[in-house]
Amino acid sequence: MGGQTIAQKILSSHSGARAEVGEIVVCDIDLVMGHDANGPMAIRAFEKMGGTRVTNPEKVVFVMDHMGPAPFEKAANLQAVCRNFAAEQGTQFMTIGEGVSHQIMAERGMARPGGLVLGSDSHTCTLGAFGAFATGVGATDLAACLLTGRNWFRVPETLKITFEGKLDPGCSTKDVILYVVGRVGADGGNYKSFEFYGDWLEDIGTADHMTLANMLVEMGCKCGFVCHSNLGIEADPDAVYAEETVIDLTRIEPGLAKPHTVDNYAPISELVGMKVDQGFLGSCTNGRIEDIRIVAAILAGRKIHEDVRFIVTPASKAVHIQAMAEGHIATLMEAGAVFFTPGCGGCVGTHGGVPADGEVVISSANRNFRGRMGNSKASIYLASPASVAAAMLTGVVTDPRMLAEQEGAHV
Amino acid sequence: MSDVALKYGDDISTDLIIAGKYTKTLNLQDLVDHAMEDIDPDFLSRVGDGAVLVAGKYFGCGSSREQAPVALKAAGIKVVLASSFARIFFRNAINIGLPIMECDTSSISDGDRIDFDIGTGTVTNVTTGAVIQAKPLPDNMVKILSAGGVVEYLKEQGSF
Ligand code: SF4
Repeated sequence: MGGQTIAQKILSSHSGARAEVGEIVVCDIDLVMGHDANGPMAIRAFEKMGGTRVTNPEKVVFVMDHMGPAPFEKAANLQAVCRNFAAEQGTQFMTIGEGVSHQIMAERGMARPGGLVLGSDSHTCTLGAFGAFATGVGATDLAACLLTGRNWFRVPETLKITFEGKLDPGCSTKDVILYVVGRVGADGGNYKSFEFYGDWLEDIGTADHMTLANMLVEMGCKCGFVCHSNLGIEADPDAVYAEETVIDLTRIEPGLAKPHTVDNYAPISELVGMKVDQGFLGSCTNGRIEDIRIVAAILAGRKIHEDVRFIVTPASKAVHIQAMAEGHIATLMEAGAVFFTPGCGGCVGTHGGVPADGEVVISSANRNFRGRMGNSKASIYLASPASVAAAMLTGVVTDPRMLAEQEGAHV
Repeated sequence: MSDVALKYGDDISTDLIIAGKYTKTLNLQDLVDHAMEDIDPDFLSRVGDGAVLVAGKYFGCGSSREQAPVALKAAGIKVVLASSFARIFFRNAINIGLPIMECDTSSISDGDRIDFDIGTGTVTNVTTGAVIQAKPLPDNMVKILSAGGVVEYLKEQGSF
């Protein structure tokens, strides 16, 4: 019997039996998250199951992040369903403007190494940055957790990805993960757990670990782990992997995902000069203070191009307040950016920056499916915060490293 | 008994099945009205009284929105056949009682008449006479699907 991967260890500890790949196990859940878009369906399903009391309400949180403040009546009513249910059942509740669920669960330390988290949102895998088996489910699965405090899992195979070499300092973690998604493919990790390894993970910070974990679901993952030395949980040395891949960081340059799939990768050199209409800085991928700092450094004392709109949506209220304290809000607004309430904002296409027909958006978020930002006739290019900022300055796709060189030339 | 096949391509995301802007509702009809509209504006009239949705690889990728399988089921889709499914869509479909079968769909054309049997995992293309074998579902999923979904399953069983 070989050793266990991290996913196997967590499913074993939560099911009370050794979890072998491919088996179905039933586990107790440590943290259950529902948001305003899917939570109400879960609440209805819970009621249809005959549920009256939530099992372990202290382990349940509802977050109003997908549409806050409510842009129309239906949204307001759905939020009311969550608010009333949370009050009745004594669950945790985080209101509009607190931020994106994954960010605020991270800020509040709600996901622990070795924990098991289920959220009604596919990017719940972000919490793998903190060593939790965190996975997205639909509303009915969430309802099952509300009713029973448990759910069933198929024990996943694990894909091991090791980073080697040094990253060009002009590149960011987002450039790396876009490249990885392009290499592995949108369905290359379907049903699987991921474990990332490499010395590079020691050099980057928590925000970067979250960006990596966040985009795992763009390869179909069930869950994933960014295995740095302080993760708090590790795989057995003789764990068995379904597949192992090495990524050579020295080959990476800034890159983008072209419309309309996340794995449609192109190095930025292929797209330089393409006109853009709107920029979006935000989301659970890249809406953190670290991202705002990068963009503020690029835009300080300058104006965005007159033909573009730039929408900034901090991932959380805490991020927004921090950005204010550091002076970045004024910097960005003076440059021409528009701020939107912390939360999902334009990322999901309900409000907060819907593009017009035929327009091109450059976005720091994680999805570029047709229609994603609310208009199926627009095109979305995913990029790093620095690449978004560079395009806002020039009005066209621009390699942020060139900007730095020009700056250097001025000094 | 056979139903008409509506055939689509690879990588159909849940954003395409039902756009995020239309999911803000608990009313099934609102979802049905906008199902698949960005990919096939005639979807609803083509489904008519019932149809089989046929797709290529990685059907249902993207958002965890359960409104996607719910919209398809409510619109009259009897089964989804695809060469592969995205994980969350797969689970959601079983949970809400929408039958899905993972099989090689390359020989099925739009408009073919299809007959299917979840129990045996066979898909019969009545138009061409071809019989396709689908990948078997794990036992616990068959149980959930036979109950009509997780709501009914848990109502009967109380727990997993
Ligand atoms: S920011 Fe975007 S990707 Fe993240 S949870 Fe919100 S809608 Fe989903």
